[in-house]
Parts: sequence; C-alpha cells; structure tokens
Amino acid sequence: MAWEPRLIVIACHWCTYAGADLAGSLRYSYPPTVHIVRVPCSGRVEPEFIAEALMRGADGVFVGGCHFGDCHYKEGNYKAIRRFKLLKKALTDLGVEPDRVQLEWISGSEGKKFAEAMTAFDARIRELGPNPMKGGA
Amino acid sequence: MSKPKLAYYLAGGCGGCDIAVVDLSETLIDVALAVDIVFWAPTVADAKYKDLEAMPDGSIDVGLISGNVRNSEHEHIAHVLRNKCKVLIAFGICATNGGIKGLVNLHTTEELLDKAYINTFSTDNPNKDLPQTSMVLDGKYELTLPSLMYARPLDQVVKVDYYIGGCPPHYEHVKKAFTALLSGQLPPPGSWITMGKAVCEVCGRNPVLQGKPKKFATTVKRTIDGAPTEDGCLLEEGYLCLGPVTQGDCGSKCPAANVPCRGCGGPIPGVKDYSLRAISAIASMLDNEELIEQIPDPVHLFYRYTLPSSFPYKRLKS
Repeated sequence: MAWEPRLIVIACHWCTYAGADLAGSLRYSYPPTVHIVRVPCSGRVEPEFIAEALMRGADGVFVGGCHFGDCHYKEGNYKAIRRFKLLKKALTDLGVEPDRVQLEWISGSEGKKFAEAMTAFDARIRELGPNPMKGGA
Repeated sequence: MSKPKLAYYLAGGCGGCDIAVVDLSETLIDVALAVDIVFWAPTVADAKYKDLEAMPDGSIDVGLISGNVRNSEHEHIAHVLRNKCKVLIAFGICATNGGIKGLVNLHTTEELLDKAYINTFSTDNPNKDLPQTSMVLDGKYELTLPSLMYARPLDQVVKVDYYIGGCPPHYEHVKKAFTALLSGQLPPPGSWITMGKAVCEVCGRNPVLQGKPKKFATTVKRTIDGAPTEDGCLLEEGYLCLGPVTQGDCGSKCPAANVPCRGCGGPIPGVKDYSLRAISAIASMLDNEELIEQIPDPVHLFYRYTLPSSFPYKRLKS
C-alpha cells in the first residue's frame, strides 16, 4: 500500500476547533489524513506533546490557536508561540525538517482558512515524505 | 548478617562521579566499613572483568554505574553487572541521561576521529593513523580495543532500578542516597533518588521565596555579558537558568556562585523529556517571542546533559 501521511492537528477549543467545525458545516473539503486533537488552549501544548506525536509515528504536527488578542485565556497563544518558536529552532538545529511542525492562528470564523491550511500542510508533508523518526515501540 | 556487596563501574564518564563518592570523606569510612566492595573498576579497586564475570548471578546487592554507554566494552560490562546485581543504579547524569559527553551524538564517529587524531593543530600524525579495534603486535600478540557506538544512557541498554542525577552528584546528596540504600529506605524501583524539588525551590535568588512577584525576562544574556546582581533571579535578569526544571539536590550551588543552572541534576519528577520541558519553561519565562531569536544555540543549552535521552535522538539513535 502506498504511504499516506498521518497528520496530527492539535486545535484549541475556542478558535481552531470551532474553525474546523465551521469548515465541516460549510462543506469545505480537506484531506482525510488529518487527525484532530482538541485541547483547551494552544498554551496547553507542551513541546513534549509534539515530540510524542512524532515519536509515535505522526508525519507532521500542526498546532492551531486563536489570533493574538482573541485567546479565551488572554495570553495562552503568546505562550504557545514562544514555546513553539524555541522548539522549532532547536529541532531545526538537530536535523528535523522544520516544516514537520507548524503553528497557525485560525479563528472560529475561518472555516475556509482551516481547510486551506490543512490542504497545504498535507501537500507539504507529502513532499517531505515519511517521518524518519517513525518506527519501534 | 554478612555485609551488603557493592560494585561500581565507570563507563563513558570522566571519573567525576567517583570523586563525588570519595568526597564523602569521613562518611566514606563508615560506608566502606558497612559494605563489601567487590568490584570498582577502573578507578578505585584493582578488579578484573574475569573475576566479575565469575561471580554468581544476583550475588551483588548494589551496583552503581557512572558514565554513559559509548562503546562495546561499556555495553558488555553493563549487561554483566545487570545480571550480577540485585539493584542497579545509574549514578550521575551521564548514566541517567547521557551527560555532556552525550553531545557526541551530534557528530558522526568519522568526524570525531578526524578531529581527535588528524585535524587538530597540535596533532602530529602524518600517516593519518586511527585507533583500530584489533591489531597483532610482533606477529603473535593480538591486541584489541572496544568499538565505538553512539552514546546512550544506561537505561537504553539494561533495566535500571534507580537514578541519581548530577554532574557529579553533590556529596551531600550521595551521602543521603547511600544512607537510604544501607537502611533500605528506597522509593519504588524505576524512580530517581531525589528530594523531588527543583533548583529554584532551594535557590536564594528566587523572588517567590522572598515574597516578591516573579517577572518575565526582558533581555537574553550570556554569562560573558557581565555579572548578575547579588541576589536577583538569574532568569529575570535574562541569564537562561534551567533551575525551574532541574532537581535541586545540589542545593543550588551554581546560581549562588553567579552561574545559571545548566541542568546537570536531571529532570524534576513528572518530566518525561528534560530538554523539551526546559525549552517550554524558558520560553514561558521570556517577555516576547523576539527574544527567542537572541538565544544563539538552543541545542547546546537545552540538550547539554540530556541529548541521548531526549527527543529526537532517543528515537533516531536508539
């Protein structure tokens, strides 16, 4: 069987998850390789979560949160971007393709943006190929 | 009752952990009298591998291994000690997480040999000779050397019962650990022998302990950018101190001497991947995301002692 990417999308409950919901209601299509995990806030996403997903066989991890100023918990997304930027910098230096992990702000009204972001992410991961960290227990 | 038997092996380490044991000074005499040291190689006792291999399985009560597993000899002795010892302890950060020498995993063996034996200014090696795993001397004596491997913490090779962090472990902590061992007051197998508090909780610079609010860091500084204040939090001043995620069994000695914590103590309880949690903790302490760009080398900062046990090297190299 041909390789199909497995993408984990960690979506914040208040914005990106609502955006995904809207994408469904509006009948926008996006790739079936996407698996959404809902979290209360993008500020809840520890770098360990992203690493765990990649170690257990995800080919890409996408974190979605609210736009600046929209965070339901006021500053969760500011925390998320600081952690994410530092993680990405370290992973890039360690030889992990930087595009395997992405962060984007998608609000509850941006169903179209969600579908487009997922399509673009899927295409990019297909270019990168399977995750080399995959395999084993 | 016969004395408990103790074995100690220094694998891919520098011997600093051995010195930490010797630093027990008077307490060491009590410890040495209370236990029967059956094997301590290659530093303290004159012990041979064949004598260790001849001992019955499970005949040694406690085995300590310091240093990471870096070559075939380390791997072999680690397996032997696991079979001979009832309790096996990874002693010091190299054995628990790979240590500073675990950073070799950033390079290939060829690169490292080239640097060590050929391309250094002070090296005189016109024939470009490299160490070989075996050779025959005078046509009859076969000499061998262990073969190099990627650095691994001990628990990626054999099952480990307890972990003790530190580079090296502070002697007060070693004292507590030995006391716990001799009295049998040990935590459940698989855990770290630690008081369970972070460096910050025992740090005299911690503003929270002084009843002051904690502030974000508005700059990023390196230790070469001048000395910190007398008693201010190093993180607030912009020195990237890993105290929040590191075990404080050392008693916060480095911050007391104006040096930010580098994380040799090992992860505080509940942390699965030290380096990633350190990234998370430090990023959360910064005032804005532009400061991230000012951190010149996150790998050598956050992975300094834990590269082989952290993502992604845990997966790539194991």
